[in-house]
Amino acid sequence: MSELKQELKEKIIEQLNLEDVSVDDIADDDSLFGDGLGLDSIDALELIVMLDKDYGIKLSDPKEGRKIFESIEVMASYIAEHRAK
Amino acid sequence: MNSKNYIQAFSHIKNNTVSLNGNPIYNLPEQNFSVFIKAAYKHLETKYSKFFKMDNLSKLAFLAADILLKDSKSEEDDIAIILSNRASSLDTDRKHQSSISNAEQYYPSPAVFVYTLPNICIGEISIKHGLFSENSFFIFDRFNADYLLDYAENLLQTNKAKKVLCGWVDFDEENYEAFLYLVDKQGDTIHTKEEITRLYTL
Repeated sequence: MSELKQELKEKIIEQLNLEDVSVDDIADDDSLFGDGLGLDSIDALELIVMLDKDYGIKLSDPKEGRKIFESIEVMASYIAEHRAK
Repeated sequence: MNSKNYIQAFSHIKNNTVSLNGNPIYNLPEQNFSVFIKAAYKHLETKYSKFFKMDNLSKLAFLAADILLKDSKSEEDDIAIILSNRASSLDTDRKHQSSISNAEQYYPSPAVFVYTLPNICIGEISIKHGLFSENSFFIFDRFNADYLLDYAENLLQTNKAKKVLCGWVDFDEENYEAFLYLVDKQGDTIHTKEEITRLYTL
């Protein structure tokens, strides 16, 4: 699970172009949106595409993302349970 | 057209050089656009993390505008924006197209798709500087001083804006050029077609 969390942090930084953020800046339980990492609605859509492309997880309802993308911890748990690749 | 307005300041970004009022303020030769514009952003201490999420056209327009607006803009300013180019958003359109051309690997990026319109760069400038004014983006074969002059004068003379940020911002593959200028009621350079053309070709 710790490898997956590390991988997610690296992917998020690269794919969302978080230029001033490093892996060490993101704690496992940090909020990804709002006051935490400050991601926005377009970032949320990018994360939905990333789930599909990299892990074979299709979210039928984008609103599901609100809960899944709460933190790296929550995201990693969801991926570990639902991943198809 | 008799103008009582002036070109208060102007900026260029081309040939890996950023200039303000004709004077180079940053240069990084022999680098591609991505490396150059990122280095220019840091050198100019722009401090706007959303910059890195923008497409190339928006980065170009945003930085050229920020040079003009960050020191001159005040709270009560009502600044309209009129921009133009030749390639529209073609650079980003191609990236989006490549992401949807293979049915087996059909993963269009929302972050790319939102930039498949040229006027998005005006939105980026407006968000950073809190502008709610009139704006337009035109596609021309080449820089069109006549059109920009007439439109800006109309906005100022009918009190639709107190200042107008005008210019040309074009990006296609590795070819790019930005020339923006701020039209105001005060300044040293009279707002005429001849002066706009002269400054553009500096």
